[in-house]
Amino acid sequence: MLSRTADNLYWLARYMERADFLARILQATRRLATLPKAYGGAETEWESALLSSGAAPAFHAAGLPVDEAHVTDFLAFSAENSSSIRNCIETARANARAVRTALTVEMWEAINGAYLELKAFGQRGGRSSEDLTRFLDAVKQVSAAYDGGAHRTMLRNDAYWFSRVGLYIERADNTARLLDVKYHVLLPDSEAVGGSLDYFQWNAILRAVSAHTAYHWVYRDSLKPWLVADLLILRPEMPRSLLACYESVVQNLDRLGKSHGRHGPAQRHGRAVLGQLENATIESVFHTGLHEFIQTFIADNHRLGALVSEQYLF
Amino acid sequence: MGGVDGSTRLPYEKLSRWLSTVEPEFLASRRAQAEYLFRRIGITFAVYGSQEATERLIPFDILPRIIARAEWAQLEKGLVQRVKALNLFLGDLYGPGDILRAGVVPSELVYRNPSFRPEMAGRRVPHDIFVHIAGIDIIRTDDDGFYVLEDNARTPSGVSYMLENREVMMRLLPDLFALHRVAPIENYPDQLLATLRSAAPRSAGADPVSVLLTPGQYNSAFYEHSFLADKLGIELVEGRDLFVKDDIVYMRTTEGPRRVDVIYRRIDDDFLDPLAFRPDSALGVAGLMGAYHAGNVTLANAVGTGVADDKAIYTYMPEVIRFYLGEEPLLKNVPTWRCREKEALAYVLEHLDELVVKEVNGSGGYGMLVGPHATRAQIADFSVKLAANPTNFIAQPTLALSTCPVSVERGVAPRHVDLRPFVLYGPNGASVVPGGLTRVAMTENSLVVNSSQGGGTKDTWIIDDAPARA
Repeated sequence: MLSRTADNLYWLARYMERADFLARILQATRRLATLPKAYGGAETEWESALLSSGAAPAFHAAGLPVDEAHVTDFLAFSAENSSSIRNCIETARANARAVRTALTVEMWEAINGAYLELKAFGQRGGRSSEDLTRFLDAVKQVSAAYDGGAHRTMLRNDAYWFSRVGLYIERADNTARLLDVKYHVLLPDSEAVGGSLDYFQWNAILRAVSAHTAYHWVYRDSLKPWLVADLLILRPEMPRSLLACYESVVQNLDRLGKSHGRHGPAQRHGRAVLGQLENATIESVFHTGLHEFIQTFIADNHRLGALVSEQYLF
Repeated sequence: MGGVDGSTRLPYEKLSRWLSTVEPEFLASRRAQAEYLFRRIGITFAVYGSQEATERLIPFDILPRIIARAEWAQLEKGLVQRVKALNLFLGDLYGPGDILRAGVVPSELVYRNPSFRPEMAGRRVPHDIFVHIAGIDIIRTDDDGFYVLEDNARTPSGVSYMLENREVMMRLLPDLFALHRVAPIENYPDQLLATLRSAAPRSAGADPVSVLLTPGQYNSAFYEHSFLADKLGIELVEGRDLFVKDDIVYMRTTEGPRRVDVIYRRIDDDFLDPLAFRPDSALGVAGLMGAYHAGNVTLANAVGTGVADDKAIYTYMPEVIRFYLGEEPLLKNVPTWRCREKEALAYVLEHLDELVVKEVNGSGGYGMLVGPHATRAQIADFSVKLAANPTNFIAQPTLALSTCPVSVERGVAPRHVDLRPFVLYGPNGASVVPGGLTRVAMTENSLVVNSSQGGGTKDTWIIDDAPARA
């Protein structure tokens, strides 16, 4: 396939996944922000939303106050924030238009529908809380429709594999950031791990990634921070865990390698990262330090993205 | 659908009866659904210079334009004849130049034409075919049949609308289809692909690689480019996806370079190769013309076909057909005054208020004067322009253009239409899919059907059985 097409498909998948993640972050943060002060809410939620989306430096450079209205606008609608939901969807659509031939009708309609929804929302003007809820739900639905459309209708060839590699690299990055932020920023120093604020925050994170029920099925236990970390890092049955994402990344890279008749640096690196995750236990993760572990993972994951670009001539 | 005497034309009888049975609300709801479908599928075109929207829907009318099979058969023969002659003409212009020496077409009209490519003089193209895909614009008058309005031998567009209009119609009005026997058009992409493959250079292997070359997603016809590449199952490439090495064209793929044999190009000659034409063009491929001249790649359509699109050349088409084929033209030209001729110019200047005057190289309805609809001031302005550069213009009468029923706010009303059938031409012969793009002037009495001027489109039905008169 054309290198440009592969590049577009890869980033298209990443942008759709990122839009979904931003919607989830915003929903979780809104939920946290409704906690009564009596639970010790330190009002760091909006800062943490910025951090986990990776948009904090740009936001602060713009000199905006950290409050619900500004952060929501920046993450969802701002034209200045290159990673806002709006820009994700607009970029995804531009990429999709350029490679219409590589997409199925379902996928194109999902993206184009999202774009029209976004336009309509932008034109309605004032944004009530209810409007925002509807909008965030719509973004999640669109992402699901795109993903499902790809899964159901795409030929299993390189177009599909490049899309999937992009999707899982992005999803792994998102999960890692979410965990990192929770552990180091959200919880004020004075608050005890396992306290009530901590409980609500872990709860919100699980909800953000739709894993609230899954947690109870897997552990049959009350919320424990290390178990949440275990679920989101090492559990193969949890579709958003770093391990599950990497199993999929490696699988799709291998299919690409097989069809191209060549396994290169991208395949080798992906396999190495997967190996590390497979050999880790939650005890060893905490022993290294959760923050350090995750920072290393984020860097490795980023490196894989670069290797894929290099190897397939993007 | 009305004849001169106000009666309903035969092919329209079933439609007419059907219309009398449906509620106005039904048509309104189908119109709304059609618009929704077009927007959702993303069938849009970009409008140059329009600020409010870079992507716009072309207005679509949900009533079909209907042509009886017998009439179509005549039209089809005429189209094939015309495209055959166009190909011989172009081969001659860039080859021996017989027609110029015979004095049938004035040489300066050819050599001074900005679309004439001196780079192509003396060059052979694969299979000696210049025009692989032609769109011939046809109008009919109320009394006596079809006229050719314009030949599009460069990169005619609109075929995606022909195909999508049909899809949308079949979804929205299945009952109306059930009443008619409509000739299918959905094999057009297969025929196009077969034409492209058959036009590959003889040096290409048994399985030639074709691609569609687009200027990119900001081009007004990008939707069509991607739609066609998709239907053909070929790569949609931009200039940056291609490169030339040792006079061979390759595309950049994830598996390394891959050789390209046929390029269905949808960018103009000027932009094809910065080494041969405009050096500032970023759309093309450096060295492409070298590969072309070496006979290693087929360009469809060939370089330099634009000279046959010219509206001044158009006026000579009947002679061109007689010259090469020794046959009488089956399709008439619209009577045309060549303003470069002194007497014609005098006549045109006298009668500007009854004529349509066009620039010979204009397209998309820009730079034309529609006399009967122009103000005094516009006519005065235009006559200055015309007198200053008469060779640049031709003039035609406003014919009694036929109309079609169109679904409008308050029911059904007649609007002027034209028709663009698409002719495919390869080493194995010519073919025309039974249909075409019908363009509609959406404003009452307007004669301008171009989409860039707000014109719309409708589905074109070639029906097998003309119903007997009740």
